[in-house]
Amino acid sequence: MCLAVPGRVLDIAGADLLTRVGRVDFGGVVKEISLAYTPDAEVGDAVLVHVGFAITVLCEAEAARLLAELESLGEWGGGEGDP
Amino acid sequence: MRFREVYRDGAAARRCAAAIARSLTRPWTLMEVCGGQTHAIVRYGVDRLLPEGIELIHGPGCPVCVTPVGYVDQAIGLAERPEVILCSFGDMLRVPGSRGDLLAAKSRGADVRMLYSPLDALALARAEPERQVVLFAVGFETTAPATAMAAYRAKREGIANFSLLVAHVRVPPAMRALLEAPDNRIQGFLAAGHVCTVMGYEEYFPIAERYGVPIVITGFEPLDILQGVQRCVAQLERGAAEVDNQYARAVARQGNLAAREVMAEVFTVAERRWRGIGAIADSGLKLTPAYADWDAEYRFGIVTEAPEAVGICRSGEVLSGACKPTDCAAFGTRCNPERPLGVTMVSSEGACAAYYRYRGTAAGTDR
Amino acid sequence: MSGECSLSGPEADCIQLAHGGGGRAMARLLESLILPIFDDPELDRRHDGAVFEVAGPLAFTTDAYVVRPLEFPGGDIGSLAVNGTVNDLAMCGAEPRYLSVGLILEEGLPLAVLRRVLVSMRDAARAAGVRLVTGDTKVVDRGKADGLFINTSGVGRVLAPAAIGPARVVSGDVVILSGDIGRHGMAVMAVREHFDFESTIESDCAALAVPVAALFAAGVTVHCLRDLTRGGLASALVEIAEAAVVHIEIEESRIPVRADVGAACELLGLDPLHVANEGRFIAVVPERDAELALRVLRARHITAGAVAVGVVRPAPAGQVFCRGELGVSRVIDMLSGEQLPRIC
Repeated sequence: MCLAVPGRVLDIAGADLLTRVGRVDFGGVVKEISLAYTPDAEVGDAVLVHVGFAITVLCEAEAARLLAELESLGEWGGGEGDP
Repeated sequence: MRFREVYRDGAAARRCAAAIARSLTRPWTLMEVCGGQTHAIVRYGVDRLLPEGIELIHGPGCPVCVTPVGYVDQAIGLAERPEVILCSFGDMLRVPGSRGDLLAAKSRGADVRMLYSPLDALALARAEPERQVVLFAVGFETTAPATAMAAYRAKREGIANFSLLVAHVRVPPAMRALLEAPDNRIQGFLAAGHVCTVMGYEEYFPIAERYGVPIVITGFEPLDILQGVQRCVAQLERGAAEVDNQYARAVARQGNLAAREVMAEVFTVAERRWRGIGAIADSGLKLTPAYADWDAEYRFGIVTEAPEAVGICRSGEVLSGACKPTDCAAFGTRCNPERPLGVTMVSSEGACAAYYRYRGTAAGTDR
Repeated sequence: MSGECSLSGPEADCIQLAHGGGGRAMARLLESLILPIFDDPELDRRHDGAVFEVAGPLAFTTDAYVVRPLEFPGGDIGSLAVNGTVNDLAMCGAEPRYLSVGLILEEGLPLAVLRRVLVSMRDAARAAGVRLVTGDTKVVDRGKADGLFINTSGVGRVLAPAAIGPARVVSGDVVILSGDIGRHGMAVMAVREHFDFESTIESDCAALAVPVAALFAAGVTVHCLRDLTRGGLASALVEIAEAAVVHIEIEESRIPVRADVGAACELLGLDPLHVANEGRFIAVVPERDAELALRVLRARHITAGAVAVGVVRPAPAGQVFCRGELGVSRVIDMLSGEQLPRIC
């Protein structure tokens, strides 16, 4: 359940918080998405989109941290090769 | 898009699986709650990478699957009215009620439309003032804010020819219900990441404490799930039962406040039956009295309970994790996506459908 | 089909029931619109059927086209109708020659749309080197035909030295895919109501006869050909595995999917393996001919992206497996029913 897809905000239209929409790029395809629930979203932000709504701005710092954690798994385990 | 491919890297996945194997001193049984997570596990073979000793039980995380028969029947009944345009998400159109599904009703002439977003239904209502547009709103708390916005704007803009048949469900009460079951084997949870994107994870602290189970808020890509398992197992190995957020790039502790605010205005909590499981207190959402004029149940009739088909189908047990699809005698033989016996085979998010699609039927797929 | 239709004056601007009646209105439609666009001497003879000679064993095929919307990025129902039948003939190892065209027009179809579709058919036929030599026109009541349905049948001369088909597929054969997948399905989806999105994805609708003929000319032994249409790569592979009673194993990382097509699929929750194509095929060839086959295909524009995606094995027979990014295999099967975008 809850297929939500990441995309990048290209531009934003609408002053009213409720009806604010953004054109979001999902890697070559662009769709107009409601930004009603991400009032702080700015052009260039990565957002998570579910049924036409951005439900959060993705935190790139946290994403980088997770990937670094996954990288470090190999190091201290070391020398075990692939199962 | 940087937020996708990197989470599917084979080498990183194998390193993570190896780390889990190293940390294991005894077997553990975990449940991943969300259907999307089940889908990813089966599709990418995450369960095949995990060491022996880690069992993943698939949770009832398919809101399409758990929608009670009565709601589907009501939706079909509404769709058959000539003035009604019945709108819902794609998956919902194939879920069987007492007398067929919405797609079958469509083939008999009912006006049934598939949507991408609840706002599409509102736009339809504006475009077709002579018709009654009904949104059959299904989904977890992830989807509820979108439905809430459609209702909120309908009221604000005075769109009278629009109503909602609300069948949203909430995850935390279902987790409690599973933990209360006498034959419960769940020792740790991978909680539904996108539900928590909206709701935050405050609700999980009392559950972790009361039942002594670690709860790791987990994402949907294979590496998210592997890291979720790794962190859950690490807790189990040291005897901890904490709430931990693996999906921090998308989940904050308080969730999405703007979404929760609109949801609180539009919805109230109610008891709801989960198909195959039974009634769970506080597990459903329904429209508040302030939105009674947009409630399809007030406008057209209250949903009545309808009996679930009894027989060889073990959907209910699959939904509660009591059995795997492959444990069912009908799996792949009498029951398949073309001739499904139960909801878990009908919905593409259902565990049976995921197994059938990515694993086939038993023999020859072990590698 | 809702549409404004000017009924006043001698020239209506959309199709009326009279156009299918076999009388003056129909004759006028043929003379003033259809025949001048198709511009074929055989058609111009206005005979009940076309007469021609083709030497050698023949391939014969038919198909109906009901795509909605009628026009989409990269093509329309017309180019689809010509290329689809041309490609079926090519998959039989034949050089396509002559096509018939059956038009079922809905009352109210704007003539401007019909004109564009007919031009599209003529251009596709010319590009594919085939002639449209006989046809039929019918009109049905408003509401009965989504605007326009087309049936095309085709005749071609068999080039393949030996019969091609699943029966010749054997263990050890290599499965070659002629190019990236999913463009057609997503191009159509992009203009479907509610699911529309901005993209530059265009249908891959194209004729495949030339690259296929090149394979034979180069002496490549071809065991089986299958073009990918509805149901995508998955359906084509499963059909062959089941008919030939063999096992096919493909590598996910080898399957080319353009980034934007992949993104569109993710957005709608669709699997590229199941998405429709209209200008792609798979060729199953013996291992020793795989290199040559790839060289021949890559030298041609429409098949420049050809790649070997998998191999044929004896067991488990009738099944197709796909080895994924994590190194684990999953079963590939045909979809049951229509592909409904997975949203939640």
